[in-house]
Amino acid sequence: MLSRTADHLYWMARYIERAENMARMLDVTYRMSLVQNAAQSEAALWVPLLHISDTVEDFHKAYDEVTAHNVIYYIAMDSRNLSSIYNCLRAARENAHAVRVAMSSEMWENINSLWLEFQQMDKKLILDSGLSEFCDWVKSRSHLFRGVTYGTMLRDDGFRFTRLGGFIERADDMARLLDVKYHLLLPSASDVGGAVDYYEWSALLRSASAYEAYLKVYRDAVMPLRVAELLVLRHDMPRSLHACMDELTTILDQLTGDAGRECKRLAGEMHSTLHYGRIEDIYRGGLHEFLEAFLRQNNRLGVEIQRTYLNAPIINEPEKSNVGEVQSQG
Amino acid sequence: MASIDYKNKLLTAFDESVDSKKSVRQVYAPYADWLAGKDFSQLAQKSRDAELLFRRVGITFAVYGEEEGAERLIPFDVIPRILAASEWGKLSDGACQRVRALNMFLNDIYHGQDIIKAGIMPESILTNEMYRPEMQGVDVPGGVYAHIAGIDIVRTEADTFYVLEDNLRTPSGVSYMLEDRRMMMRLFPELFRQYPISPVEHYPQLLLENLRAVAPRGTTSDPTVVLMTPGAYNSAYFEHAFLAQQMGIELVEGRDMFVKDNAVFMRTTEGPKKIDVIYRRIDDDFIDPLAFRQDSMLGVPGLVSVYRNGGVALANAIGTGVADDKATYTYVPDMIKFYLGEEPILSNVPTYKLSKEDDRKYVLDNLAELVVKEVQGSGGYGMLVGPTSSKAQIEEFRLRILANPDNYIAQPTLALSTCPTMVEQGVAPRHVDLRPYVLTGKTTSVVPGALCRVAMNEGSLVVNSSQGGGTKDTWVLQC
Repeated sequence: MLSRTADHLYWMARYIERAENMARMLDVTYRMSLVQNAAQSEAALWVPLLHISDTVEDFHKAYDEVTAHNVIYYIAMDSRNLSSIYNCLRAARENAHAVRVAMSSEMWENINSLWLEFQQMDKKLILDSGLSEFCDWVKSRSHLFRGVTYGTMLRDDGFRFTRLGGFIERADDMARLLDVKYHLLLPSASDVGGAVDYYEWSALLRSASAYEAYLKVYRDAVMPLRVAELLVLRHDMPRSLHACMDELTTILDQLTGDAGRECKRLAGEMHSTLHYGRIEDIYRGGLHEFLEAFLRQNNRLGVEIQRTYLNAPIINEPEKSNVGEVQSQG
Repeated sequence: MASIDYKNKLLTAFDESVDSKKSVRQVYAPYADWLAGKDFSQLAQKSRDAELLFRRVGITFAVYGEEEGAERLIPFDVIPRILAASEWGKLSDGACQRVRALNMFLNDIYHGQDIIKAGIMPESILTNEMYRPEMQGVDVPGGVYAHIAGIDIVRTEADTFYVLEDNLRTPSGVSYMLEDRRMMMRLFPELFRQYPISPVEHYPQLLLENLRAVAPRGTTSDPTVVLMTPGAYNSAYFEHAFLAQQMGIELVEGRDMFVKDNAVFMRTTEGPKKIDVIYRRIDDDFIDPLAFRQDSMLGVPGLVSVYRNGGVALANAIGTGVADDKATYTYVPDMIKFYLGEEPILSNVPTYKLSKEDDRKYVLDNLAELVVKEVQGSGGYGMLVGPTSSKAQIEEFRLRILANPDNYIAQPTLALSTCPTMVEQGVAPRHVDLRPYVLTGKTTSVVPGALCRVAMNEGSLVVNSSQGGGTKDTWVLQC
């Protein structure tokens, strides 16, 4: 298929996935903020969100103070934040618009109506009281989009590049999410079960829709090491790093043509680390170091996919677009 | 028709739905019965449903000069235009006849120029801006230049049709013909059971067949056809995407293609792939910065050279513009006689050329009754509709004409026929035109349907979408 088409599909899926993950983290943090906790300041609760999306510096350029309201606005709809849900959905829709031919009409209608709905939302209401509802909406639109993709798209390379974008993004988001929490996984913490820990770790599980899965798999209290195992190594946990790499290696093998040996090699290497890895070993070497290495490799894989298959310039990628072009919020 | 309210006193035009005795014409009879049982609010609801659906599907056109990415809906009228089989037969035969002659004219003008030698057309045609010397002597596959043509036709009386314009470059709007039909079938399925309406849905397949038929010689039995668009911000982008999808071909931009070894390739995830036929929806000027406008980023450097050497086919061919120029238009009836030895089935609108002294004098004396158009103008821009213009506007146009008479033609103001149309106050007559799409590959043909454009404003004669015109579904009855 056309390289540019593949590029648009890949980025469309990445942005939808990113919007979903931003909404997950926003929602979980918001819910946590509703649990009274005198020991933690408002800023301490909300700053990790900025770390996850790598926007701490940019946030401080835009705002004087880390408050719940500022962070929520920044993550949900600020056009200055290139990873805001607003910018992700806009970029996803623009990518889709450019290649609507390459997808099923149901997919296009789905993403187009998503964008129309978003534009018609009452932004003030969301910030005042409707945040959870908004996050649920983003998540369910993302589920819907994945579903309509799965249910209607021809199983050709277009389908594969769409899925490729989704899983590369998901692996990236999950690794970042865990990495922000890694410092809680101190040696002494493994046997501590304090209230703060419990909320932190169960919040993490919930943001990955993994809380029920955890209980089902371990039938035990929430233990940091097991949370890490579930989200890194369990292949049957749909948002785990291992599950993402299972999908990525399979999809890369199915792509037509002879290109992409290096992509396959990189993905295979990452996959085997997760496939044969043991959480005790990862823990001994440091979860943070492990995740950092994973993020680097995942990024290299993304660059290699871009170079090999999508070599057209990246269109409409917020990271590279001029912020001035982004329409402001009314 | 029972529930139709004819308030419009200005119009003396032929109404498609009633005859001279104000009784419903036969083709509209079942529709009028159906409509009589409806109240206005039901129709208005359908109209809103349609708008929502069009918006959701993204059937929009981008608007230049407004906020970037602004997209507007073309108003859709839920009341169809209905044509009898016999009426359509004449129209389609006439449109195909014109396109056959126009293709022969293009082939001639870029080869032997017999029509000039025979004294039928003046040599000045060769200085026309749209004439492309680069195409002189170039053999295009199958001798076909205008693979897709949109012929604009208006009606003034029950039996009188005029061709207003031949669009041979990149005529648009066919997606509305198809989407309007889809919408009508969705909103009013019961009507499709009552009427024997000719199907139009096979247009994209017919188009693809015709495009494949003009692949350069030596191409494999499975030629690669693509549709070339200037990009997502082009006003007709929806149509480009729609047609490519319906034909199952790639929608490419200039940056997706490159030229190598006298062939055009597109960049794919599997490596370069050779292209045989390009249905281009981009003007000559922008197609190849090496051949035409150097400042354009939209085209493919070297494309024209490959084309001239027969390495790729373009639809429509480069240089077709010389045949749809408003000055050339006046010669089409002569072309039909000259190339086909036939009498024209459809008439031209009598046209005055302001470059001719007699014509100019007449036109300047009668500006208030005439329509004046720029030779190169399109989309309803740069024209004067005398009867609906103010004195000041007429005087302004007079000065423009005097400054550059060659740039203008004039025609009598035709009382375009009207069709019952949904407007805010109810159902009222509005002026319409008709654009059937004529396809040429091995043969010339047209699907039984057309884009019907309607001037939504009371009394307006301008139907262009860029001027607020709307569309309606056109039903060609099978008997």
